[in-house]
Amino acid sequence: MNIVICVKQVPDTETKIKVKDGQVDHTETKYVVNPYDEYAIEEGLRIKERLGEGKISLITMGPQRAKDALKSGLAVGADEAIHLVDEAFEGSDPYATALILCKALEKMDYDIIFCGKQGVDEDHAQVGIALAELLDVPHVSVVTRLEIAEDEKSAVAHREVESGHEVVDTPLPAVITAQKGLNEPRYASIKGIMAVKKKVIPEWNADDVGVDRDKVGLETAKIKFVEVALPTERTAGKVFDEDPAQDAIKVAHLLRDEAKIL
Amino acid sequence: MSNNVLVVAEMRESVLKKICFEMIGEGKRIADKLGGAVEAVVLGHEVGDEIAPLAHYGAEKTYLADDPALANYTAEGYTNVLARLIKETEPILVLTGATTQGKDLAPRLAARLAVGLASDCTGFEVQDGELLVTRPIYAGKAIATIREETTPYMATVRPNIFAAPEPDTSRAAQVEKVPADAGSIRAKVIEMIQEAGERIELTEADIVVSGGRGLKGPENFALIEALAQVLGAAVGASRAAVDAGWKDHSYQVGQTGKVVTPTLYIACGISGAIQHLAGMKTSRYIMAINKDSDAPIFKVADYGIVGDLFKVVPVLTEELKKMRAEG
Amino acid sequence: MFNLSVSDEQKALRDLARRFTQTEIVPIAAEADRMEEYPWELVEKAHAIGLTNIIVPEEYGGGGLGYFEDCLVAEEIAAGCAGIYSSFAASTLGLTPLNVAATPEQMERFMKPFCAEPALAAFCLTEPGAGSDIASVRTRARRDGDFYVLNGTKRFVTNGGVAELYTVTATVDPSLRHRGLVLLVVPSHLPGVSVGKKEDKMGQRAASTREVIFEDVWVPLENRLGDDREGFRLVMETLDKIRAEVAAAAVGVARAAMEAAVKYAKEREQFGQPIISLQGIQFMLADMAIKVEAARLLVWQAAWMADQGLRNSYQSAIAKCFAAESAMKITTDAVQIFGGYGYTKEYPVEKYMRDAKLLQIYEGTSEIQRVVISRGLLHEYRAI
Repeated sequence: MNIVICVKQVPDTETKIKVKDGQVDHTETKYVVNPYDEYAIEEGLRIKERLGEGKISLITMGPQRAKDALKSGLAVGADEAIHLVDEAFEGSDPYATALILCKALEKMDYDIIFCGKQGVDEDHAQVGIALAELLDVPHVSVVTRLEIAEDEKSAVAHREVESGHEVVDTPLPAVITAQKGLNEPRYASIKGIMAVKKKVIPEWNADDVGVDRDKVGLETAKIKFVEVALPTERTAGKVFDEDPAQDAIKVAHLLRDEAKIL
Repeated sequence: MSNNVLVVAEMRESVLKKICFEMIGEGKRIADKLGGAVEAVVLGHEVGDEIAPLAHYGAEKTYLADDPALANYTAEGYTNVLARLIKETEPILVLTGATTQGKDLAPRLAARLAVGLASDCTGFEVQDGELLVTRPIYAGKAIATIREETTPYMATVRPNIFAAPEPDTSRAAQVEKVPADAGSIRAKVIEMIQEAGERIELTEADIVVSGGRGLKGPENFALIEALAQVLGAAVGASRAAVDAGWKDHSYQVGQTGKVVTPTLYIACGISGAIQHLAGMKTSRYIMAINKDSDAPIFKVADYGIVGDLFKVVPVLTEELKKMRAEG
Repeated sequence: MFNLSVSDEQKALRDLARRFTQTEIVPIAAEADRMEEYPWELVEKAHAIGLTNIIVPEEYGGGGLGYFEDCLVAEEIAAGCAGIYSSFAASTLGLTPLNVAATPEQMERFMKPFCAEPALAAFCLTEPGAGSDIASVRTRARRDGDFYVLNGTKRFVTNGGVAELYTVTATVDPSLRHRGLVLLVVPSHLPGVSVGKKEDKMGQRAASTREVIFEDVWVPLENRLGDDREGFRLVMETLDKIRAEVAAAAVGVARAAMEAAVKYAKEREQFGQPIISLQGIQFMLADMAIKVEAARLLVWQAAWMADQGLRNSYQSAIAKCFAAESAMKITTDAVQIFGGYGYTKEYPVEKYMRDAKLLQIYEGTSEIQRVVISRGLLHEYRAI
């Protein structure tokens, strides 16, 4: 079974976000593998272990530093990794990202494609689903449990919804986006980390991928960042001091109407 | 292309969700600025009797796609129908709720239409005929303003941000049936599992209700739990309550306990020492109830009540319960 | 060529150790300190990903990496809990004599099965009457045919009672002092091996420290490491090799305390401002940083030399002495910055302080390190 996992490198969520000149300041940022992608990678590994066979390919679109994300995935046991990198890709919006991944995937064999449900930097939660549409395969998003059928031609996925869980049956190939709770990602092993040294990670530029440079990147992005700002500082609000019951009712209404809780 | 705003309605068990009305309200505000109307679309099967509220809340027209294949939501089925409708009616803006369903549908639809999509939006502005949207990034640690460059503009709208307008039940629905051929649907829901009542994880909860020393005894956590129940909230405790043995350490919020980031944090009988604040001060809204007007918690609370929590909390719980039932 | 860069693999290794520590060790550290034990599961998990047995050659099931990598990992684990670090380190210490002097046959017989499963080893050197004065070891290894019959008591054995393998320093004749020492591999299941009470320690309480008692234990000749004149040299070489790692642990403890102090000072407000705005506090933190950075570089130098096959007793003694004393000072100052709260068990710094003290004592006291250093100086400047 050919398992492909789309991986993204994101700033470490522990770091404080700094904003400079209306943009997020990344000068001191430490980058990590997107946490949701770790669930995706782990699920790929588990499927291969369960089936006793399979090939796990990692793919990422990003600048040079994104190779580290691929290396992390190789260190936990993925078989190969491909780095989609080209100046023209920079600043791509979710659509362009999905397009680039789609074109790359068309050059690969895939039976199941995993993505994390969203990147924890820009929180778009679009690429995986858009990728499915562009590849013309079904998708199941925010999956918390996955079972591949015996004949490896379909899968049953559990996904969280507001009121509980949906159980979805989908033929393969399909795109699955991973939600927290899908599994517990394993640690890399020291052997795995050392073995990465010997792995070659091919780089594909726009020509290798087969995508038109004019259709991707910052210039042609369909959504553009105009400005980024920090949320406002916290200060004291309204304090009520009259009658417990009255005050309670007043605040209940404020919670609903002003704070929009409920 | 028209100047109309199309709101994609969402139903749960054949009842329209509140987000639909919030979107219609905000959609109308935007449509007015663009010189168009706000319209809604419903997909489903035999739901014709349930869709009147869309007009009551302001939708000038409601498109109805009715087909057995649409009875349950599927990304592909709904995408097929909506893509066709959007190509036909050419709205300038399509709004979907940033619900599980909406977040599953909108990206597929946007990719089908090859347009941009702004996810989980909390604000909209029309500037020189352009649409600017505001949305949280980095899990809300920063706020981004986005300009949409392709039409129709698409956005998923965060629930509980915009107010639903006042409904006018006299407004008649102008319903137009539209082609409902769902096309090929590959991924299908085969079962729905309802969630049994389970303890909500503190660090993931949207609302947290915490109790402190002011509760005077472990049995009074029942008040906290009742309030939490009504709000679907997680229960937390201050260090004092944990030390007194009223709650296990896993409930502790604070510097040496858990750090929580809910939309609403309600602190009952908690003074708000810095050690506790360290665990909850990034909550979106903080409400505090404490007998002591000098309690430091009031310095950070958005809504504070100086009073006896034994009198305040039950009334608060009742009132919220009433409002929830109405909502 | 002077190069202080860490390779991508080394970075990944350090990040792995850091992540493992954050997830598996930090949450249980306070409890382990209180209960004087930690779950065996931790050893299993560490073993599964290769965080134990790092310096053992790959062909015998180890990580096959160098002392530098070992030190990177040690700093991270000790930053989580010095007691748990010491337990892992004591195991490495127990295996080091084999790494240094075992024949291929001995490696096959002992090292391979040991590394195959999660297990701990221990080094038995110290005795009630033999601390810094190694040559006064009295545990007797009496030769009888193809065996040594072992009798004696070892004190302060970390992992005593949980180790599968003991490497024991014994003497064939106390009057020979250091020339009589032999190093024996003693599997813990051999008849006559027993353990005494657990020491009720000030700090590093997660590590199990016990007496190990040998009563007429028949140890095959083939379990001796090196020949019967090499014992002392092997013990010294073993201690030499491990010294940099212990220094790395001291850096870890110091770093953890410093980070806790920085975080607290940013949050704690007095006199209308966070105390970190006060120069007095800033200067204390700066002094901590100076020591942490300096100690780490000393560790890296000593470890690098060991990996180059260079004798590093002088540098590792400097590293250990400096790092341990820095850790003591830094953890004490960290408690000071926390004030009254730091003095309570609810905050982690008092544990760091209690843990740090042992760093100045075990694996060669600071005084012994100074002996090594002055000896090195005398040798260095012998011509003047």
